[in-house]
Amino acid sequence: MSPDMMLNLILKSLGQTLQMVAAAGVIGSLIGLPIGIFLATSGRGELFPAPTINRIVGLIINAARSTPFIILVVAIIPFTRLITGTSIGTYAAIVPLTIATIPFFARLVEAAIREIDKGLIEAARAMGATPAQIVFKVLLAEARPSLMAALTMTMVSLIGYSAMVGAVGGGGLGDLGIRYGYQRFMPDMMLAVVVVLIVLVQLVQSAGDALARRFDKRNRKN
Amino acid sequence: MTIQHAATHVAPSAQPGGTGQGAPSSTPMVSFEGVTKRFGGTGGQPAFTALDGIDFTVAHGAITGIIGRSGAGKSTLIRLVNGLEKPTSGKVIVDGTEVGGLPESSLRDLRRQIGMIFQHFNLLSSRTAFDNVALPLEIAGVDAKTIKAKVGPLLDLVGLGDKAGSYPSELSGGQKQRVGIARALATDPKLLLSDEATSALDPETTQSILELLKRINAELGLTVLLITHEMEVVKTIATDVAVIDRGLIVESGKVFDVYASPKHDTTWTLLASSLALPEWLRTGIKHSPSVGDRALVRLVFFGETAFQPLTGRLVAELGSDVNILAGGIEEIGGKPFGSLVVSYSADPAVIERANRFYAETGLSTEVLGYVA
Repeated sequence: MSPDMMLNLILKSLGQTLQMVAAAGVIGSLIGLPIGIFLATSGRGELFPAPTINRIVGLIINAARSTPFIILVVAIIPFTRLITGTSIGTYAAIVPLTIATIPFFARLVEAAIREIDKGLIEAARAMGATPAQIVFKVLLAEARPSLMAALTMTMVSLIGYSAMVGAVGGGGLGDLGIRYGYQRFMPDMMLAVVVVLIVLVQLVQSAGDALARRFDKRNRKN
Repeated sequence: MTIQHAATHVAPSAQPGGTGQGAPSSTPMVSFEGVTKRFGGTGGQPAFTALDGIDFTVAHGAITGIIGRSGAGKSTLIRLVNGLEKPTSGKVIVDGTEVGGLPESSLRDLRRQIGMIFQHFNLLSSRTAFDNVALPLEIAGVDAKTIKAKVGPLLDLVGLGDKAGSYPSELSGGQKQRVGIARALATDPKLLLSDEATSALDPETTQSILELLKRINAELGLTVLLITHEMEVVKTIATDVAVIDRGLIVESGKVFDVYASPKHDTTWTLLASSLALPEWLRTGIKHSPSVGDRALVRLVFFGETAFQPLTGRLVAELGSDVNILAGGIEEIGGKPFGSLVVSYSADPAVIERANRFYAETGLSTEVLGYVA
C-alpha cells in the first residue's frame, strides 16, 4: 500500500473518529450534566430532596456503567435503528457512544459538585437564593474547573470507546488499526494509527487542562 | 459614603456603651419565645436536643453577643433567625415576623433583609471581590447598573476599594472577611448575623474586623447578632450578651453587668481567658477552710468602686495580712473594670471585718475558696 493511500485512509478515519467523539461528547455531556446535578443535589436534606428517585437514577447509572461497551453497542441496536434509521455506520455508532457517555459524565459531574464547600450553599441560602440560583450562580460556577477536567476525561475515554464501534461499521481510527494493522498484518499502519491516537489524546488533554486552569481561581498567589 | 439604610431608627438606650438601665425599644429586632430544637430522633436513635427552651430578645440597634462553648447550641440558634434551621417548637420573631411560619418565598425575602458573615468567609472562589459582593444583589434581581453603583462604595466602606478585581485566593483572611461583610451589607439589611466571624483570624486581624463591625453598627444603625466562643469578642464590641450552655441561655444582660458579676459557671469559664487564676493558685483551692488557712477572695472593681482607693483601705482595715496574688484592669463596655485576687486569714474575726468593709464600700467580692 502506498503512503498516499495510507494517509488517505488515516485522514478519513480520523474524520470519523472526530465526528463520533464530538457528537457523542457534546450530546452525552449535555444530557449527563443535569443528571449529574440532580444526583448531587437530590439526597436527603439537600437542595431538591428526592432520595428515592436519587437512588433509582443512581442504580440505572451504575447498571449502564457496568455494562461492557461492546455489549452495549450490540444490545441497543434496535434503539439505534429507531433513532438513526440504521444500525451500521458512523452516525449509528454515535448512539451507543452517547449512551455510554451520559452515565460516565453524570458521575463525574456529581463528584465535581459534591466537592464544593457546603458553606457556599449555606451562604447563598442566607442571601435568599432560590435552589435554581444556587445551582447556576454557585454550584456550576464554582465547579467549572472540575467540570472542565471531567469533560476532558470524558472525551479521552470516548476516543478509546470509539475504537470498538468498528463492530457496527462505525469506522474511525481504532477500526482502521484493527482491520489493516491487525487483520491485514500491516504493522506500519498499526503504528501510524497508534501515533495519531496518542497525538489526538494529548491535544484534547492539553486543551482541557488549559481551560481548567483558566477557570480555576482557587490557588492564585499574590 | 452614600449607603442608604432602612434601619436608621436606633433606640438611644441600645447605643454601644449604653448604661444598661435603658428600656429596650418597643419591639425587639429578634425575639426567641420558648424555642427548642431537636435533631434526629428517627429510626430508634435518641434525639439530640440542641436548644432547650430559649427565651431571649435582641434590641434594635444593639450589638448582641451569644457566647458559649462549642456544642452549646449557638450555631443552631443563629441559624433559626434567618430560617436556615426551623425550630422544633416555640417562635422566632424577626422585626415582627415569625420566621418559622413563613413559606419558602417569603423566607427568601426576609433573608435578603438579614446579612450573614461566616467563620470561613464562604466566598465564591470563582468570583472577584467585586462579584462576590454583587452576588446577593444579582440574586435579588437588581439590575447591573445599580449593582455597579452599589458595590464600589461597599468595598470602600470595608477598606478594600483597591481590591475589587482580586480573587479570594489573592486576599488575606482579614480581607476575605471584609469582602464577606461588604457582601452581607449589599442588600441593605436591618440585621447582621455573625457566625464566629473572627474565629479563623489572628488576634490583630480580629481587632480590626471587630472595629469595622462596631463602625458599621454605629454608622448604619444596623443591629448585630453575633455568636462566638471568645469572651474577648463580646467584650470588645457587644453591648448585650447572652451566655448559652447545653441549649439554654444561662445568663444574659448588658455586657458590663454580666462581665462584672458573672453568675453561671459557664460564664466564669468563658471569662477565664482574662480573669483566670494562675495555675499554681487554682490547683490548691479548697471549698472549706481548716485552721490556719487563708481565704482566697476576688475583688471586682467597676462603676464607682473602680475610682476609689479601696485596696489600700482594705489593707489598713485588715492589717498587713492582705496578700495580692493576681489581678488586672481592663475596659468593658467603655468603662474601667478591675479584678484583684487577694488572700487573708480565714480566721472568723478577720472574715467578719472584711465583710463589714465590703458592705460599707459596696465592693463586689467573691470567695473563691481557701488555700493553706
